[in-house]
Amino acid sequence: MAELVEAGAPLRSARLRISAVLWRRPWLKLSLLLAAPVLAFAVVYLGALVSLFVSAFWQIDAFTAAVVHKWTLDNFKTLWNDHTYWRITGRTIGIAAAVTVTDAVLAFPLAYFMARLATPRLRALLFIAVLLPLWSSYLVRIYAWRTILAKDGALNWFLNGIGLPDTGLAYTNTAMWIVFSYVWLPFMVLPVYAALERIPDNYLEASQDLGAKGSRTLRSVILPLALPGIVAGSIFTFSLTLGDFITPALVGGAGSSFIGNVVHDKVGQPDIPFAAAFATVPVVVMGIYLLIARRLGAFEAV
Amino acid sequence: MSRANRRYLGWAALGLLTGALAVAAAGCGGGSSSSKSAAQTTTTVGPASIGKGEGALNLIEWPYYSDPSFANKFTQQTGCKIHRKDAGSSNEMVALMRAGGGGGGGQWDLVSASGDASLRLIRGGDVKPVNIKLIPSWNDFIPIFKSPAHNTINGVHYGVSLQWGPNVLLYNKTKIKPGPTSWGALYDPKYKGEITIPNNPIQIADAAFYLMHSQPDLGIKDPYELNKKQFDATVALLKKQRKLVKLYWNYDTDGRSAFANGDVSLGAIWPVDTIALQAKGVPVKEVIPSVGATGWADTWMLAKHAPHPNCAYLWMKYATTPQVEAKQALVFGETPVNPKACPFMDKIQAGSCAKYHLNEPLAYYNTIKFWKTPIPNCGNGKNDCMDYNAWQTAWTQITG
Repeated sequence: MAELVEAGAPLRSARLRISAVLWRRPWLKLSLLLAAPVLAFAVVYLGALVSLFVSAFWQIDAFTAAVVHKWTLDNFKTLWNDHTYWRITGRTIGIAAAVTVTDAVLAFPLAYFMARLATPRLRALLFIAVLLPLWSSYLVRIYAWRTILAKDGALNWFLNGIGLPDTGLAYTNTAMWIVFSYVWLPFMVLPVYAALERIPDNYLEASQDLGAKGSRTLRSVILPLALPGIVAGSIFTFSLTLGDFITPALVGGAGSSFIGNVVHDKVGQPDIPFAAAFATVPVVVMGIYLLIARRLGAFEAV
Repeated sequence: MSRANRRYLGWAALGLLTGALAVAAAGCGGGSSSSKSAAQTTTTVGPASIGKGEGALNLIEWPYYSDPSFANKFTQQTGCKIHRKDAGSSNEMVALMRAGGGGGGGQWDLVSASGDASLRLIRGGDVKPVNIKLIPSWNDFIPIFKSPAHNTINGVHYGVSLQWGPNVLLYNKTKIKPGPTSWGALYDPKYKGEITIPNNPIQIADAAFYLMHSQPDLGIKDPYELNKKQFDATVALLKKQRKLVKLYWNYDTDGRSAFANGDVSLGAIWPVDTIALQAKGVPVKEVIPSVGATGWADTWMLAKHAPHPNCAYLWMKYATTPQVEAKQALVFGETPVNPKACPFMDKIQAGSCAKYHLNEPLAYYNTIKFWKTPIPNCGNGKNDCMDYNAWQTAWTQITG
């Protein structure tokens, strides 16, 4: 066989050998292909999480504020024993839940109209309307809301114009709820739209043929089939609210701190270990939320 | 994908995760040793002379502290090109200085730290002593800014004072009548829902300053040195105040817009905001009650691992000259520490020297209690004062 090989062949035969090895061992090929992304995921993504979790068990020196690398549960004990942190966690989860429910209620009819009733032209227009806010900076939209809700702002100006009193919404938890619901709404509309669009027309016809009225069809056919989409959207709205600290800082008032605000303050103090300990709370909450979401079939929808 | 392949992948992932853990742990370990060595205090007092500029200067600053209107000339003179990082709060400044192993991480040269950050940076070993003899303007400074407690320890200077300003009581003239004359207004239920207060743990000192005069039997001598009993009384007052507060502002511009939009009509804020609001036609007036006020004073501090020390010294020298002090004071709305800046301020804006209180007698300065980081040692040898950690925790409990 050697005499058949032409000039420059060693290179080619080496290439052939490698490809043969890879062909005989498919797992090797796969691991070579995946090595880079898996490594990046493990080091960059999980590495950050792990270092966060590890530093949560450290402490800072009271005098120099340098991190002391001695294992202790003190940070978690403080979190558990001080009702301030329970209050802040409760507020964060409560508002995240309220925002999620609000967005689901607002998004469902809109998505239904877009997916099943609107003409293609109108649908395109509605898509643009839903996505348009995402073209501008998140900060700009929050500042815009602050101007709207201010005492001398557009909302009160309008209400006074039609003879109603001031709302007094500026710098309250209600203001946070409104602003959060607004900024995260597109993240709910899109997955719900995708779920509703996939429902075959003949399901609805079958429901009608069997004598179901509109409300019964909605309850027994459309809602169950749209549920994975709603749950998928809720993961966005819930987790985005849970981790936010800018909206509470800008439109919240006295007693509007979120977990993120306390973490931000502690990082600056600097007390990184305590910040890390408190930052594990949303991770746990999100973990539980995702487990429930999986039960509801959210991951089959996407 | 077959079952076998999945199993391989699972093992591979587990292996990689373990690796990541090891890397993370090693990384943290490495950080620890460098920060520990940085914590040791140095006794050498800087270089004997300023060498040639290195061509660059990296600053962590309050916005406008190296405004091009006066910084460009410095770059022309020295060849030091300025790279600036604006910080939004004292906490952010400390965090930036601590990043990358502390001491400025070998990236930053100078930080314009306020008094509530400076002792933290000194104790954390993030800044190093400065040879004050290389900064000639220092001899002209108002005496209290030559070696203030917030930047000088046992005669060792950890930077050079720069500018200062009081925390003032601001109110809306059309809504609050008659105008308040005491800090007590900020704790008066009459103004419920009309009040804004800075969102900063050092704000505890403002309440302590008020109690110092309204409840002398607590025995508060210095609002930054509070023992447990004094601290608890102050925190209790602040918890009552929370019910009256509409907004704890994070940036002074937030407090400013709350005044401008009519959301608040009384609060603690800075002179720069009064000037900005009055320029916009908002009917506000500032007062410094007769007992005085708390105030901030900023220091250019030299990072422990400053990569361009010569440019840093050149900048400290330049920034404290009368002309530059005057320009910066009027760009930001604050007061120079160098009284020779007075005529230059008046030249730029007639009457501004008096407006910013630069021509006041020394007695005036004694009524201003300047920010300093609270530490356990309050000079009585008992180490029984509440430290900054306790202040931060209490502030979270008050406002959260």
